[in-house]
Amino acid sequence: MARKVMNVILAGLGGQGVIKASDILADAAFRDGRDVKKAEVHGMSQRGGSVTTDVRFGDEVLSPMIPRGEADFIVVCAPSEVEVVRPLLKAGGTLIAPDFVDEAKLANRRSLNVALLGALSHHLDIPEARWTEAIEAALPARLHDVNASAFRLGRETAAARK
Amino acid sequence: MDRKLLSGDEAVAAAAQDAGVHLGTGYPGTPSTEILETFSALGGRAQWAPNEKVALEVGLGAAYGGARVLVTMKHVGVNVAADPLFTAAYTGVTGALVLVSADDPGLASSQNEQDNRHYAKAAGLPMLEPSDSQEAYDLARAAWELSARWGIPVMLRMTTRVCHGKSIVVRRAPEAPKAPAFVRDIQGRVMIPAYAGPAHRKLRRKLDEILAWGEASPLVVERKGSGKLGIVTAGVTARHAREAAPDASLLELKLLHPLPIERIRAFAKTVERCFVVEEGDPILADAVRAAGIPVESKAPEFRFGELTVGRVRRILAHDTTPEAAPPRGKPPQLCDACPYHPVYSALKKLDCIVAGDIGCYTLGVLPPYQGLDACVAMGASLGVGLGLRHVLPEQDAKRVVSIIGDSTFVHTGVNGLIEMIYNPPKTGHVLIILDNGTTAMTGQQEHPGTGRTLAHDATGKFSLEGFARAAGVKNVDVVDPVKDPPAFLALLGERLSKPELTVIIARRPCILAAADIRQYEQANAAKCSAAVEG
Repeated sequence: MARKVMNVILAGLGGQGVIKASDILADAAFRDGRDVKKAEVHGMSQRGGSVTTDVRFGDEVLSPMIPRGEADFIVVCAPSEVEVVRPLLKAGGTLIAPDFVDEAKLANRRSLNVALLGALSHHLDIPEARWTEAIEAALPARLHDVNASAFRLGRETAAARK
Repeated sequence: MDRKLLSGDEAVAAAAQDAGVHLGTGYPGTPSTEILETFSALGGRAQWAPNEKVALEVGLGAAYGGARVLVTMKHVGVNVAADPLFTAAYTGVTGALVLVSADDPGLASSQNEQDNRHYAKAAGLPMLEPSDSQEAYDLARAAWELSARWGIPVMLRMTTRVCHGKSIVVRRAPEAPKAPAFVRDIQGRVMIPAYAGPAHRKLRRKLDEILAWGEASPLVVERKGSGKLGIVTAGVTARHAREAAPDASLLELKLLHPLPIERIRAFAKTVERCFVVEEGDPILADAVRAAGIPVESKAPEFRFGELTVGRVRRILAHDTTPEAAPPRGKPPQLCDACPYHPVYSALKKLDCIVAGDIGCYTLGVLPPYQGLDACVAMGASLGVGLGLRHVLPEQDAKRVVSIIGDSTFVHTGVNGLIEMIYNPPKTGHVLIILDNGTTAMTGQQEHPGTGRTLAHDATGKFSLEGFARAAGVKNVDVVDPVKDPPAFLALLGERLSKPELTVIIARRPCILAAADIRQYEQANAAKCSAAVEG
């Protein structure tokens, strides 16, 4: 019964596009033919508080929530949240902190969420084309270029560090 | 049909469209809000009511008229709608009516974690509960079918994780229900005692029939496991349970009421240990034990908060050692540019006793203001403030202020205002309506005071100041608190010093909604002038 499920937590503060990023990740995995579940708590999220979302994908996903200590990856958009969510990571899991990409290289700082997704994408076996489709489906056309370059920045940074 | 990644709320909206729902109505409330918004975006006829009681009554009228109806609200909204709900169970419906109750175990965005499964039993209504978006779609469709077949309102209970979680949904072929038409049924719908007595018996007969059908229906799903452990469960908890105990046999109830107890009895006999795993109150465990079926169930501490895979593992192991605290991040707060800052600042300077209400502004209770002394229920600021004024010594009574948001005032604050006129405290009273022109907390929905419909089109506008004046409030002030904070402070101080009734409307658009509001106004003005020229 050991079905492999990939567990990714995205975290940050309200207004940083955490939920948007999790929508993109879930959609990319969905477009790649995986079973996907995504869980989040929004409602208070616009008031600047902590936001975390769980995205799980694989052959069959049961619970929508990632059990504590079982996250394969955690992507964090806000420095203040890094230590808050670190206990959720599994032993040997990877935490991608907001300083992983050089913000100065971003054409628009608001695309940090997508840049960090780019870094995450390096570790996941989802084809790049699925990511591009998901990003374009989630954002208005005028934001496609800036987010495509942010995604590439994150993906290339991750590739260079390995 | 297409596969789509949808939230549970979106899935219910899709089901409403495919079931041919004629009218959707409700009041915004996390986590239910997106259902009607999505139904409207899909082209369905959806509207916000001033509160949940009115929403259900409008829905009931439509269903008496033969329509298929969707009514949505959060769990506490069902309390507001409970009065018509209990008697609607007696009258039944001619078309079909599904009431979505979106519960919030774990209090993601609510004032309590009440378990609305109690309502199904108390009112005598069928209740279904999905565990993910596909089931939200399938069970919503099933709920309208059930409602139409037995002529009874059906409750669809959802929880935050199912409402806001996303998973894959495949839709089924749409159906076209009969067009609404009026058929007179005086004895069936006029609940005077002579007719209500027989209606009660009729309700119980329907429930007996639904139970007989339900016991054999696909709304009870059995998964065979090793036979050592059997789990009886429902909702998203069923998904946690499958993950926590992959080898266990599982009886998953999608029909919560009437409870298919004979299926549970038969299942329990097939396993060595039978365990009831449920989120919230021990409703299922109590019912199963009352039927003489021996089962294990969770320790009392698991009544609180949401269940997770980890907590289900602990429940099954009867592990009651202290649980690790969940990560404590940054709490939400009033936006930096929120127009309510000067109001809270003034209340603090004047050392007011503040009866508060439900909305973003409830966040004023947090530092730096700690600006609320009570917050109980929608509209309660009026009554609670008046009660304090009635009994406190004069020097303290004069410090009492009620504050309420615009949408909340329209919801149930109006009743409190009538009380204020009818039973005025000796020291008078001051009500501040925080009017930011939107239902901000739930994600900026329209309400009767904005003069725009759910879809943001122009419609009749309920005037807050007009209502207060017409009701007989002596002082009605409309001010922008941000424009001149010292003037707001001076006005509040002056009104508090007099034994008179005052309503101060602090009007300034929510900073998150302001740009959208301007856009809606411009679009509506353009439509209006086009109509004049045309």
